[in-house]
Amino acid sequence: MFEALREAMIEEMTLDPTVCMIGEDVGDYGGSYKVSKGLAEMFGDLRVLDTPIAENSFTGMGVGAAMKGLRPVVEGMNMGFLLLAYNQISNNCGMLHYTSGGQFKIPIVIRGPGGVGRQLGAEHSQRLESYFQSIPGLQMVACSTPYNAKGLLKAAIRSENPVVVFEHVLLYNLKEKIPDEEYICCLEEAEMVRPGSQVTILTYSRMRYHVMQAAKTLVNKGYDPEVIDIRSLKPFDLHTIGKSIKKTHRVLVVEECMRTGGIGASLRSAIIDNFWDDLDAPPTCLSSQDVPTPYAATLEDATVVQPAQIVAAVEQICQ
Amino acid sequence: MAAASFTAAKFLAPVAARSGGDKAPSFPAAAAASMRPLRRRPAPRLSSVLAVSSDVLAGNKAAPAAAAHPAVTREEALELYEDMVLGRNFEDMCAQMYYRGKMFGFVHLYNGQEAVSTGFIKLLNQPDCVVSTYRDHVHALSKGVPARSVMAELFGKATGCCRGQGGSMHMFSEPHNLLGGFAFIGEGIPVATGAAFAAKYRHEVLKQSGPDGLDVTLAFFGDGTCNNGQFFECLNMAQLWKLPIVFVVENNLWAIGMSHLRATSDPEIWKKGPAFGMPGVHVDGMDVLKVREVAKEAIDRARRGEGPTLVECETYRFRGHSLADPDELRRPDEKSHYAARDPITSLKKYIIEQNLASEAELKSIEKKIDDVVEEAVEFADASPLPPRSQLLENVFADPKGFGIGPDGKYRCEDPKFTQGTAQV
Repeated sequence: MFEALREAMIEEMTLDPTVCMIGEDVGDYGGSYKVSKGLAEMFGDLRVLDTPIAENSFTGMGVGAAMKGLRPVVEGMNMGFLLLAYNQISNNCGMLHYTSGGQFKIPIVIRGPGGVGRQLGAEHSQRLESYFQSIPGLQMVACSTPYNAKGLLKAAIRSENPVVVFEHVLLYNLKEKIPDEEYICCLEEAEMVRPGSQVTILTYSRMRYHVMQAAKTLVNKGYDPEVIDIRSLKPFDLHTIGKSIKKTHRVLVVEECMRTGGIGASLRSAIIDNFWDDLDAPPTCLSSQDVPTPYAATLEDATVVQPAQIVAAVEQICQ
Repeated sequence: MAAASFTAAKFLAPVAARSGGDKAPSFPAAAAASMRPLRRRPAPRLSSVLAVSSDVLAGNKAAPAAAAHPAVTREEALELYEDMVLGRNFEDMCAQMYYRGKMFGFVHLYNGQEAVSTGFIKLLNQPDCVVSTYRDHVHALSKGVPARSVMAELFGKATGCCRGQGGSMHMFSEPHNLLGGFAFIGEGIPVATGAAFAAKYRHEVLKQSGPDGLDVTLAFFGDGTCNNGQFFECLNMAQLWKLPIVFVVENNLWAIGMSHLRATSDPEIWKKGPAFGMPGVHVDGMDVLKVREVAKEAIDRARRGEGPTLVECETYRFRGHSLADPDELRRPDEKSHYAARDPITSLKKYIIEQNLASEAELKSIEKKIDDVVEEAVEFADASPLPPRSQLLENVFADPKGFGIGPDGKYRCEDPKFTQGTAQV
C-alpha cells in the first residue's frame, strides 16, 4: 500500500506543480513509512519539505499556503502527532472557507498512519477520526487497500475541500495488483466488499480484514453477510448503506474507534435517523475498548475487535 | 551568519543607544505598584531584570528627543495621516455602534496603535499579504478593504466582507490579500508563514516572479502571543527557509489584564529574533515615521529573499482590551503618558512644523474621513441581514462534501438543501 500511496503522490505532483508535501522526514528520509521515498530527489526540497518538529505550525503553514494557491499534502508521521495540530485543523482547515465568506479555499490534504499497531503503546495507537469528525468543513476518508489508497489520495489532492486521509500502520505492506491506467476513487462513496443478503456489516480500515476473516467463518456456518467498507468517514455514503439495510434489515458496525464518541456512534445515529423503519433488529456496534492501548500483546489484542467477536455478534443479530 | 549580523547591527545600534548601552535599566518600584492592591499574589520582584525599553518603565517621562525623522514627501505624509485618522474614527464609531446595539460579541479596538498599521501596511503592494489577530479592523482598512465592507461585516450583514459570517475577529479579503482575522492568539502566525512559503514557492518552483521581488507577508500579533509556541515555531521555520515575512509585534504592554512584565521572563521581545538567527528590532510604535523607516528595511529584506525580521513596536491601546473590558488595572499615569504620544497628534504636529500641509488641509482630510465613516454606517444599516439560505453555502468549497443522501444523489444537488439543517 505504501507504494500505491507513493504512486498517487508522484502522479499528482507531476500533473500539478502546485501540489507539494510537508512533513517530518518526508524528504531526505523518504517518509517514515516510505510513502515519499525518492520524491525529494524527483521534485526538490521545497516541494517535498522536511519540517522541524512543529506539527501545529507546519499544518497551519499548509493552510496559509493553500489559501495562497498551493495544494499541500501534510503528513503526520503518526496520526496521533496531529493532536498537536488540532488548533489549526479545527479552527483553520475546517473553518476558514466559511468565516471568510467563501473567499479562500483550503485544498489541503492531511494524511498519516493511525490505528492500533503491534505493541506501539498508547500514544502511537490512536484513532483520530473520532476526534476530528465534529469539525465542520472537513472531509474524512479511510483507505484500506492499495487500490483505494491510491484512488482516494488522488481524489483528496484534487478536491477543493480540506480532506483528512486516514491510513493504518498495519496495512502499509499489503500487496495488490492495481491498474496501470489512471483512476480515482470517489471520496464520498462506500465500497461493496462482499455482497450478501442476511446482515449488513459496515466497517473501515483495518477492521475490514477482521470482518472478512469473520465472514469466512460465517459463510461456513451458513450465514450470508454483506460487507461494506464505508471509506468515507465524513460524510457517510447513506445511499450504499441504506440500499444494503433495506435489503438485509440488520446492521452491525465494526470499528477500531473507541466506544465513546467514535465513528460507530455517529453511524448508528445516522442509521436510526434514516433507516429506522427498515430495521428488524437494533443497530449494533463493535468498537475498541475505552482504554489507552496497553503495550502487552494479550491486552492489546483484547482492546480491539477480533474476528471471533464479530462472528458472535452476527449470530446474535440474526437470531 | 554574516549577512544577518550586518543588518542586525544596523538595527540594534539605535536600540542599544536608547537603553544606554550595557547599563540595564532597573525595574522601578513604581511599576510594581501597578498591581491592584486587592490582588492576593504580591507583585513580582524583578530586581536586576532588563526591563522592556519603554519610557514609562525606564522612568523617563518624556518621549525620546525627536531623532532626525527620515524625509517624507507631502503626498506620503498626507496618505499616512489620512489612514491613521480613518483607523481612529472608524474605531470610535465602532464603540458608538456597539453601545447602540448595532454590533455584538467581542470587539477589540485599535485606538492608539494606528502608527503600526499605517506605518507598515501603506508600504505594501496588492499581492503582499497581511495576517492579523482579533484586533484587525484597522489592518483591514489600511490594506484597502472599504470601510463600508468592514462596518457591514461588524453589523453582521450579508454585504460584509465575509458575508456576515466572520464578524469582528475574522476579517478576510481575498482581493486585498487580507488572510484573517483570528480569534486564538498565535494561530494566524503559521498561516502567515504559509503565505510567505507560497510566495517563495511561486518564485522558485512555479517560476512566477513579480517585478519587485518576492511577495511579502506581514504577521501582526501582540506581546502575549510572544510567549506562545506557535510564535517560536514559526520564527524558526521562517528563518530556516528564509521566508519573505515580517513578524510585527504590537507590544502594547498588556494581554487583557496580564502585564507583559508579569508574563514574560525576558520582556525584550526583539531579542528573540537573533536567538533564531534573524534581526530583531525595537521601534517606537507611537511614531509612524519611525515605524515606517524600520518597516521599509524589513519589507525590502524580505522582498530580496534575505528572510524574516522580528520588529517589536512599542505601542499602546487607549481603550480596554475589548469593549467588555473595564480596564481597571492600567495606571492613569501610564495611560496619560501614552496619550501624550498619540501618533495622530504627533504626525499632525510634524506635518505643520515641516510645512508639508496646512491646518486647513488636515481638517479637510478629517472631514472627508468623517463622511467615509458615516457613509459606512449608513451602508451597513441599510444592508440586509443574511438570509437563512446562506447558512450552508460556504461550509465546503466543493459542496459534494455534504455527501450522498439515501436517494443516491449528492445532497447539494437538491435545490432545497440549503433550506434544510446542516445535519448529514
